[in-house]
Amino acid sequence: MKIKAIALNTFKEAIRDRILYVLLFFATVCIIFSRILALLTVGDRVKIIEDVGLASLSLFGALMAIFMGTGLVYKEIDKKTIYTILAKPIHRFQFLLGKYFGLVLTLFVMLLSMSVIFLAVIFLHTFTVEWEMLVAILFIFLEVCLITSVALLFSCFSTPILSSLLSLSFYLIGHLSWGLKTLIDKIKPGFGKTLTQIIYTLAPDLENFNFKTEIVHDLPIPPQIFLFSSLYWMAYTLAILILAIIVFKKRDFI
Amino acid sequence: MAAVLKIQDLHKSFKTGFFLKKKKILKGISLSVGQGEIFGYLGPNGAGKTTTIKCVIGLLHPEKGNIEIFGTSHLALKAKERIGFLPENPYFYDHLTALEFLHFYSQLFLIEKKEAEEKIKGLLQLVGLEKEADLQLRKYSRGMQQRIGLAQALLNDPSLVLLDEPLGGLDPLGRKELRDIIVRLKEEGKTVFLSSHILQDVEMICDRVAIIVNGEIISQGALHELVSEKIIFTEVVFSGIEDKEVEGLGECISRGRERTLLKVLKEENVEKIVELVHSRKGKIHSLIPRTETLEDLFVEMVKQG
Repeated sequence: MKIKAIALNTFKEAIRDRILYVLLFFATVCIIFSRILALLTVGDRVKIIEDVGLASLSLFGALMAIFMGTGLVYKEIDKKTIYTILAKPIHRFQFLLGKYFGLVLTLFVMLLSMSVIFLAVIFLHTFTVEWEMLVAILFIFLEVCLITSVALLFSCFSTPILSSLLSLSFYLIGHLSWGLKTLIDKIKPGFGKTLTQIIYTLAPDLENFNFKTEIVHDLPIPPQIFLFSSLYWMAYTLAILILAIIVFKKRDFI
Repeated sequence: MAAVLKIQDLHKSFKTGFFLKKKKILKGISLSVGQGEIFGYLGPNGAGKTTTIKCVIGLLHPEKGNIEIFGTSHLALKAKERIGFLPENPYFYDHLTALEFLHFYSQLFLIEKKEAEEKIKGLLQLVGLEKEADLQLRKYSRGMQQRIGLAQALLNDPSLVLLDEPLGGLDPLGRKELRDIIVRLKEEGKTVFLSSHILQDVEMICDRVAIIVNGEIISQGALHELVSEKIIFTEVVFSGIEDKEVEGLGECISRGRERTLLKVLKEENVEKIVELVHSRKGKIHSLIPRTETLEDLFVEMVKQG
């Protein structure tokens, strides 16, 4: 109940943020632009719309999570609204989870709006609703939720600018770390391999949530991959949220 | 008297500067606030008043020491359910209206919606904001923010109310209204802990005070114990006689066309002046005995501290 109250207040506050609408505007422009790109393409034009559209959803969803998430707790401390909130009978973890779920709700609404535009653009081209796109969008949403937890963690102890840079780095590392997996396969057993293995285990692998290619090109996806991705998301998000709670619990509000 | 708030040997330091040098802010604060009293926590800027309150609320983690509210840990939710807190220069969610804001906070106390509605109505009336209930908080003036801050502090009908510099930023009328509310809270049996440096206001309403200087409490007790009621001097304003006639009886502070203001240290000299003025058919316009004020004590203590 207390978490819900904070989440709804966070949603009310976040949904008024102008940066959200600026990003929504650019996401819409990109999705519509995919239609123009398709006109210039030889071959399957729908695939171009789907590919560019899903990539836009993923990128702008992540940017929304980063820009909104990094200011989430910092703003409360900076404006001192946190003073009266934490004086109420509420645990610090409840406050933090309330903020998290509030932002997740905001991002859900934003992603839903972008998805409607995206599906409408495809519909105008094919006159069918491509429901399978929703699977890819669901995993984009999970990725955005994970990025939100990371942004929230950084927001607990640093300024929005630094938090944004750190969260952006997390996003980039997350989409490039699969290269380490290839490296592990190629190097000989020993210290180097173990070290690379440890780094790869700790580093996020956001490609686990990327089903764009498979969905767009109708490639088969084994169910165990969905299961692995879901469990990976749950474990990683939970670990980051627990870390954020520990940091937030220990900090002083000067 | 049962202690509502008990602080024992509270220490707190902050790390400052590039090399994170430790700066001691609180150096062993101990105090006890009894049931139903108005307790004034006084000190100059930077003495550690807000830091103490933040430790009590749980916004800061003390390095050493113990804080108890109603006999339990200050961090226990049971204790927090019974306290109300108004921070210095309060600022709230500016996108909400006063009504939305108070409803949001009432949910943190798990107050039922209907009960909350009635409480909020009464509180808005108490702080004089019933007409501005649907106005967004961003449009509130500083004084109005202070009032809505007080309303949120009283939302749960708290037994202990902590007010950090509640009188700052208010105009004289606002200060009087707030003083009246604080006295009313005491009459309702609530305990009020307030920090302030507006000493006249504190003197008017507080039962007991503690003075903190450089992170240490240098004096605490009942106001009448700390401030002596002995007359320090008397100010006499008279007319109708020559100044030469009262020479030696007091120090002439000012001289108008007809009136003279005299500062008289000895009580017997006051009587002599009154007799003299009467015998010369003059007039005594005012006669004000000055006892020691909290301000005198405060200034003296801070200087010593």
